[in-house]
Amino acid sequence: MTLSPPPTAPAAMPRGRYLRVYWLMLRNSLIREMNFKANFLGWLAVEFLWFVGQIVFLEVLFSHVDNIGDWSKWECVLLIGTHQIIAQVFQAFFYVNLSELPDLVRTGRLDLLLLQPIDSQFAVSVRRFGFDSLVSSLVGFIVVGFSLYKLGIVPGFGQIAFYLAACALGLGVHYSILFGLATASIWIVRAQGLIYGYYNVFNVARFPADVFKGTFRFIFSWIIPVMLVANVPARLLARSFENPWPGLLHLLAATILVVGGTRLFWFFALRRYASASS
Amino acid sequence: MSRPAVLSPTPSIFAKVFSVGLQNTFVYRWNFLLRTIFGIVPLIGTLFLWRAIMEAGGGNIGGYEYRTMIFYFMVVVFVDNLISPTEDDWQVAADIRDGRLSALLLKPLNYLGYRFTLYASYRITYVAIIAVPIGGLLFFLRGFVVWPEHWMTWPLFFLSTAMAAGIQFLNAYILGLCAFWVLEVSTLVFIAFSFEYFLSGMVFPLDLLPPWLQGFVHWSPFTYQLFFPVQIIMERTSGQALWEGLAIQAGWLLLALIGARLVWRAGLRKYQAVGG
Repeated sequence: MTLSPPPTAPAAMPRGRYLRVYWLMLRNSLIREMNFKANFLGWLAVEFLWFVGQIVFLEVLFSHVDNIGDWSKWECVLLIGTHQIIAQVFQAFFYVNLSELPDLVRTGRLDLLLLQPIDSQFAVSVRRFGFDSLVSSLVGFIVVGFSLYKLGIVPGFGQIAFYLAACALGLGVHYSILFGLATASIWIVRAQGLIYGYYNVFNVARFPADVFKGTFRFIFSWIIPVMLVANVPARLLARSFENPWPGLLHLLAATILVVGGTRLFWFFALRRYASASS
Repeated sequence: MSRPAVLSPTPSIFAKVFSVGLQNTFVYRWNFLLRTIFGIVPLIGTLFLWRAIMEAGGGNIGGYEYRTMIFYFMVVVFVDNLISPTEDDWQVAADIRDGRLSALLLKPLNYLGYRFTLYASYRITYVAIIAVPIGGLLFFLRGFVVWPEHWMTWPLFFLSTAMAAGIQFLNAYILGLCAFWVLEVSTLVFIAFSFEYFLSGMVFPLDLLPPWLQGFVHWSPFTYQLFFPVQIIMERTSGQALWEGLAIQAGWLLLALIGARLVWRAGLRKYQAVGG
């Protein structure tokens, strides 16, 4: 590979270069992953078991009740399937990278990434890629399709487009929140706890938002807006008779806030960053 | 392999190991604290979720009311924090993979004893640190607490919790030992954890499962890692069922202990120190 001399400032790099860098990263990590096939299959199994567990939980609940909030069983399955899609795509593209950020800080390897002539957030967010999670997200699509069939809904083209757009925004929310937490590792060296901790918060996203009330609902729909991540897109599909805009605009506003906020936080943190072990 | 008696580990060695474990935990106190705060979120989520479920179910689901259901999850969170190994499996695997085990084998230490001491010290520190948030939570949710009626419930609960701790620790230990054979144990750990998570009662009380699965629940080792002690303190099991449960639990503990020994021996035969 021949590289032209690196431009001095990140801003000098044309957009096309980002795509090319990203493509190379994807290819490399796919090659690397295929070297560990057992591991790849293992992770697929883990994700699958986890997802089956969620469905079993719903099955158990709905063997005792008919509705949760005003959500029926198959609407809840649709919600969980939607969350599976978003969470797995998030895991495929960002999770590995963000969860390694604390390690990069601790070992001082972050220095190397910061020296690269690309945007620093881009550099730490997209180094690797988990192909297994992408496969797992297909399970989510299948489950969403099946619950639509059970609900007797045939979504229109516009609805699907809205749904996918809302899923993308949800992905942005998950990414930014975890990025913000990982950024905290610049102060709290061992931030792994934070990252695992976020998985607890993730759980909130899997349930109908109507169930939650008061301050709890406010916090998780505005400050840490995980509650919207899967609920908004799932509603768009399951409840075509509702006006889609309030939910969508809320999600859009929350995404902009959290994406912008965590980016500012990252630059603020970098100014405080004093390299380790050098 | 029996060691010469002179070199058998002395209690003071384990005391040292214990204190190292304590110090390790305190170094990363922020990590600790934040973990706890995040741990409370799903519990509050659970409160809301079950309220909605109870409303839909007319106030009673499978013999649980809202109050008892919340108490169930309070005890689950408490016992889980008290006994669940956090990093023991990874550490055992890392000892093997990085070749640090060689150094440990040369010391007059029993590795299982060494790991158990570290486990115990981590658990005790952890509980000491989260005592404040847990206490706060207990106070906040005091309306849900249903204290047991019989005094005998307490010793039986402690006994069962101790056995559950033993099973959980040995489980993590054996998973860690798999590093003798495979380079990367994390998928194994997570596969085991997904079963444990759903089948030990962390997500819902196992007696909500349909009747045809209750036979499985009765014999499954996962039941005795968490669900069973919780049933004891809630006095949802009594008389013969209680004693039978304790016997099954003791059986699983014994099996896990034997398993740990066998795996350790087989592993040592396979062991080649890498880079040590």
